[in-house]
Amino acid sequence: MTALPTLDLVPGTTLPPLEIAPISRTTLALFAGASGDHNPIHIDLDVARSAGLDDVFAHGMLSMAYLGRLLTGWVPQERLRSLGVRFVAITPVLGRPTCHGTVLDVTDGLATLDLAVRLADGTTTLTGTAVVDLTEGPS
Amino acid sequence: MALDHEAALAVTIPDLAVELERGRLKSFAAAVGETDPVHLDADAARAAGHPDVVAMPTFVFSLDLERPDPFDYLDALEVDLRGVLHGEQSFTFHAMLHAGDTVTVRSRITEAYAKNAHMDFVVKHTDFLRGDELVAEADSLIVVREVAA
Repeated sequence: MTALPTLDLVPGTTLPPLEIAPISRTTLALFAGASGDHNPIHIDLDVARSAGLDDVFAHGMLSMAYLGRLLTGWVPQERLRSLGVRFVAITPVLGRPTCHGTVLDVTDGLATLDLAVRLADGTTTLTGTAVVDLTEGPS
Repeated sequence: MALDHEAALAVTIPDLAVELERGRLKSFAAAVGETDPVHLDADAARAAGHPDVVAMPTFVFSLDLERPDPFDYLDALEVDLRGVLHGEQSFTFHAMLHAGDTVTVRSRITEAYAKNAHMDFVVKHTDFLRGDELVAEADSLIVVREVAA
C-alpha cells in the first residue's frame, strides 16, 4: 500500500499550492516539442501577430500538466482516477501560474477535489475537478 | 457556416498505435518542471517499483497528437481551424503507463451540437488501450467558432 497524504481529508482541506516560475518562451518551445502540440500560435510570434494577437500565449495543456503535478506531488499517481478542466483564460508569456486544490467531498474512499490555476494578477486560467482514490493500493 | 452535426458524428478517425518513448516522457516531464525522478530517470523509476520511466498523467493527450495531421477530421468537416478553441479536457485513468508501452489510440466524435448561431461544440472521446486493457480515456470539448470570411 502506497503512503497516503498526511493531510486531514475533510471537505475544505486545501492542498499545498504549486507555484510555477514565470512561463518563458523557452518553456513554450520545449513543451511544444515534448507534447507534440506544434500549433505555431504558442511558439511563433509572426504567426501570433498575423492572427491579430500581440504575442504568443501558453498551451492550455501546459497548465493542465501543472495541475497534474499538483496532484501527483500530493498523492501517488496510481491513486488519481480522473482529472478534468475547463480552459477559462489564456496564460500570457511570463505569466506566473499557481495551482490550487481544495477537497470538496470524501465519499466511499474517493476524494473529489476542486482545482484552479490562477495567475499572479488574480486571473483564473483553468478550473477543474479531480477524483483521488484513498482506498486501493497501487494497481 | 454552421457545422454539419450529422456529418461530425459520422466522422471516422483511424486507430493509431504509438510506442511511449522513454526520451519523450522525460522531455515532457522536464518541460513542465517535474522533479519526481520516476518521470525523469529509468533507474529511479525501477527503484520505486515501476518497470520504466512513468508517463505523467496528461501525457496521453500527446499520443493523440502523433497522427500526421491530428486535426484532419475538422478539415474534413470544413471547419476553419482559426476559429477552433480547446474548451474543456478530461481524463479517466485506469492504469499507469510507462516507457516501452505501446498504446492504441481510438477516437470518435460523441457529441456535436450548436451552442448558438455562431458557435458549435464537438466532443471527441478517446480510448487508450494497451493490448486489450483500457488504460485511460479522454474527452475533449472543441469549440468551433464562426470565422468571418
